[in-house]
Amino acid sequence: MLSGFTDFGGLFDEFRRLEQDLTGFLGRSAWPSEIRSLGRGAYPPLNVGATPEKVDVYLFAAGVDPKSIELTIHRNLLTVSGQRRVEAEQNAEYYRRERFDGEFRRAITLPEDVDPDRVEARYRDGVLQVSVQRREAARPRQISVQ
Amino acid sequence: MAETESVATRAQSEPAEQRQEALMLRPAVDIYEDDNGITVLADMPGVSRERLNVQVDKNNLVIEGDAQIDMPAGINALYADIRATHYYRSFTLSSELQHDQIDAHLKDGLLTVRIPKRAELKPRKVEIRTS
Repeated sequence: MLSGFTDFGGLFDEFRRLEQDLTGFLGRSAWPSEIRSLGRGAYPPLNVGATPEKVDVYLFAAGVDPKSIELTIHRNLLTVSGQRRVEAEQNAEYYRRERFDGEFRRAITLPEDVDPDRVEARYRDGVLQVSVQRREAARPRQISVQ
Repeated sequence: MAETESVATRAQSEPAEQRQEALMLRPAVDIYEDDNGITVLADMPGVSRERLNVQVDKNNLVIEGDAQIDMPAGINALYADIRATHYYRSFTLSSELQHDQIDAHLKDGLLTVRIPKRAELKPRKVEIRTS
């Protein structure tokens, strides 16, 4: 009786699961790479969502002083920059230092109909949410066929 | 202090539908040790006090939380670096740490967990007597 390999099906399921998780964490993105994107691993990670009225950008940056964040918008290009300094403890031995430490900058191209004069930003629980209103689109008009 | 990978702690037989919940975020951590104990700093943006769970289970320190972001109804995703909302990470604690005196503090999504060493095991200067 082979020990440890009594269920081959179960073993391959675990590998499939591992592969799925790894590609999910590390691999291909469903969205095409934005030309200004920094690739995976850029800090801070961000999500962009849109409704017909506005576009919301969420930046995941815990422990950042919101006053140190610089937000600029030019037409439909939103730029977020700032820094997150991590104070290194003296007289301590570090086992892991995974958290981002330093200056960051991300540029995001938003849909072209955003209005750069109507932007709001708030920082809560480590998430910087930037909302940009969209210009009112012309109502779709019915065209009657003669 | 060793880290247990989340893959190993998942149940052996898990239906495919549960894979969505099992997609977890592994928060970035800084861990350092000084004479008094070990400190863990974890980035968990989007997690507020009510959705944070820090617990010690036997020798495992578990840090988990749910990120909640206020999103308008009917929002369409255009781009996403973050595609899950559940943070999870666990560590095994060695016995010189005081498991029942763990202190946890959350501010702006940054969790600080401090685990002191047992008092009798802190490094102590040895007084040298001269007589």
